[in-house]
Amino acid sequence: MSIAQLNKRFLLAFLAVVALMIASYQWDDGQTTAVAARTVREAAPLILAALCGLVGERSGIINIGIEGQMLLGAFVGFMAASATGNLWIGGLAAMAVAAVAGLFLAWTSIVFKMDQIIAGTVINIFGIGVTSFLYVQGRTMPSIPNWPIPGLDELPLLGRMLFNHGPLTYIAILAVVVVHIALFQTRWGLRTRAVGEHPGAADTVGVRVFRLRYVNLALAGTLAGLAGVALLQSASVFNRGMTNGKGFIALAVMIFGRYRPFGVMWAALLFGFFNALQAQLQFKQVVEVPPQFFGMIPFVLTIAVLAIAGLSSRPPAAIGQPYETE
Amino acid sequence: MASDGSASPPQAPLAQAPLLQAKGLTKRFPGVIANDNVDLTLHSGEILGLLGENGAGKSTLVKMLFGIYQPDEGTIMLRGEEVTSDGPGEAIRRGIGMVHQHFQLVPPLTVAENIVLGAETTRAGGFLNRRRAEAEVKELSERYGLSVDPTSVVGDLPVGIQQRVEILKALYRGAELLILDEPTAVLTPQETDELLAILRDLASGGVGIIFITHKLREVLALTDRVTVLRRGKSVGDVATADATSESLAELMVGRSVVLRVDKSSNDPGDVVLSVNDLSVKDDRKQDSVNGASFEVRAGEILGVAGVEGNGQRELVEAITGIRPIAGGRATVAGAPVSAKPRRVRELGVAYIPEDRERDGLVGVYSIADNLVLTDYNKEPFATRGVRKFDAVEEQATELVERYDVRTPSIETPVKSLSGGNKQKVIVARELSHGNQLVVASQPTRGVDVGSIEFIHNQLIEARDGGAAVLLVSAELDEIFSLSDRIAVIYEGSIVAIVDPETTTREEIGLLMAGATPNA
Repeated sequence: MSIAQLNKRFLLAFLAVVALMIASYQWDDGQTTAVAARTVREAAPLILAALCGLVGERSGIINIGIEGQMLLGAFVGFMAASATGNLWIGGLAAMAVAAVAGLFLAWTSIVFKMDQIIAGTVINIFGIGVTSFLYVQGRTMPSIPNWPIPGLDELPLLGRMLFNHGPLTYIAILAVVVVHIALFQTRWGLRTRAVGEHPGAADTVGVRVFRLRYVNLALAGTLAGLAGVALLQSASVFNRGMTNGKGFIALAVMIFGRYRPFGVMWAALLFGFFNALQAQLQFKQVVEVPPQFFGMIPFVLTIAVLAIAGLSSRPPAAIGQPYETE
Repeated sequence: MASDGSASPPQAPLAQAPLLQAKGLTKRFPGVIANDNVDLTLHSGEILGLLGENGAGKSTLVKMLFGIYQPDEGTIMLRGEEVTSDGPGEAIRRGIGMVHQHFQLVPPLTVAENIVLGAETTRAGGFLNRRRAEAEVKELSERYGLSVDPTSVVGDLPVGIQQRVEILKALYRGAELLILDEPTAVLTPQETDELLAILRDLASGGVGIIFITHKLREVLALTDRVTVLRRGKSVGDVATADATSESLAELMVGRSVVLRVDKSSNDPGDVVLSVNDLSVKDDRKQDSVNGASFEVRAGEILGVAGVEGNGQRELVEAITGIRPIAGGRATVAGAPVSAKPRRVRELGVAYIPEDRERDGLVGVYSIADNLVLTDYNKEPFATRGVRKFDAVEEQATELVERYDVRTPSIETPVKSLSGGNKQKVIVARELSHGNQLVVASQPTRGVDVGSIEFIHNQLIEARDGGAAVLLVSAELDEIFSLSDRIAVIYEGSIVAIVDPETTTREEIGLLMAGATPNA
């Protein structure tokens, strides 16, 4: 399929979504606005988490420990913000702890050539276990404020959908643009893609494969930490297991987004939409169905999406294999 | 291509140090000495052939020159200056470029991206200057006559062009010494000729070239001087003008070798293998063999020549029942071939697979067990499902002797044998029973010259014994010296069947590259 064909199909899909939104808004403006705003808000942690996966996998390391990194980020961020009363310190602490978890993954797969799936599982189990153990009820942190963008936030539909969010939602969109440009326009990006596809080739021209993987996993970790903070943005308090599988859904988002930042964004919005719809359906009790059925929607969607996308999404060639120098 | 274009190397003034001088290089690995006190000298503008069998230590030697390995003993001097290289990065900075046997290219990246990788020119903030990279690559490719589009994606390019990208990659980094490791293994004869011409041009422009190969023809056609390695030692350093195929082969192997296969004219009998409008799909479900038709008669060898990846593998796997047939039919002595390998074997088909480690042997099994892989469950090797080890041992002892498998014992696991001896185990198993049809795919790939000779003679013997032999090989020399008829395969079709006596290498080469045959 050529780029032109893809672009045409993309444009058609985009126009169809816009048309649906307008029609839905005509029918019920309140609910449409609520779902649209929630879609974007729900997408934010998925975008950040999926970009974490993307930066790692593009340089050849599979990261299934995103769930654990997010939990650690959310927990440590919460505790730090709670202890100091400063959200910025909380944010930095979240990024730092998730980056350390990323470095751990890089270290085990580079030094010990450990199976990356197992190393990722270790991070997940550690993240769930340690945060549940150390968690104490009753702590609070300052809530993360909304940053409405003056002038734009008053727009019908679009205002609440795009211009009245917490900082992490804006950061998520910004991260998409930054990672895209970095991946395709900078030296770092060229080397990252080379190392993810053919580390031997990169090595023979003097690119330091291991160092780049360490750097990338640390950078990617900071994104997972921010994804954890994005969860706090909605909840304002840490809960045990609050990631609720989002770190795994992020992997589906990454694959469905074809390992490209903007692809990740659209995929995350799709998942965000079903999350929002699910919440709205539960909230409104539109139909008499046990709420668990709605809660199932994102996971069913994950399976469906992976079944379809798995056919056409091509992962970086060197993914998951420990690189051995001669 | 038989005559040498550039005659003698430019004589370096006495005062000037050679481009490269390595002395007493020794590299030990656990249990083996890969290089033992090897000397090597190269002047600017000179082409040095580095000749040796598989496992002679050629790759180890150049990996030391390129800084991938550190020598245990000895010195490497570049322009009279001793170097202690700590990796390829350092070697590249000193003007050494290497074209690896397996291309070190990133398929999804463009030509320009591949060439500048690791040596990118960037604007402030680490942004790539893509336009400048493309302009530089274009300029470089025009200067050296290596035409290639900087914006194409490498994975879409044919192998010959990918190799140009590899050479450009080295030149972009200012290489004055270019090492090419078996560069012609994957090329068609025409692409090989083009490569040799390019290398001569580069040498006349002052680049020193080390050309690693085991193909004598190319050494004689291209190089100024030859260094021959055998078992890690340098056994000869001769001017190419004073060398012949025979003298070089003798240096390589350590004894005189008959390069031409002696074979009597054949007397083909009935049709054994008949392939009619056969179509086969590859692993990605793409058409790989498209309506191929040919016959092989008893007592003849049909050679299938073609550039690798033109459907040979799928053709062979369909005939041996490993891969399902998508259309048309194949019959062995009148019985149709089905996708049941055991059934096909029972028709009297022997199979020497292309990838012997994967398809031909069980590495952790002993030689004795590998020799009964096809009939372990039959008399005399088993009775009512119980194995008879005496019979297995007896056969193994006899076959190891008869097929000259060099091994400490018949209980040795096959994986610890050399390539040539592994292949002899397969040949012994497949050819010792008397067969109607022998399918041999790349039977001498990665095998030493001595074993090649032996395996060739076995195939001839099978033919003379009345078997039909289908030989698939990427080595044109092999095809020419063994075949009674040559079928050329291109994009899954047999485009011509010719007589080796009346056809030239060049004609076959053109057919392999897709030229339509003159009617």
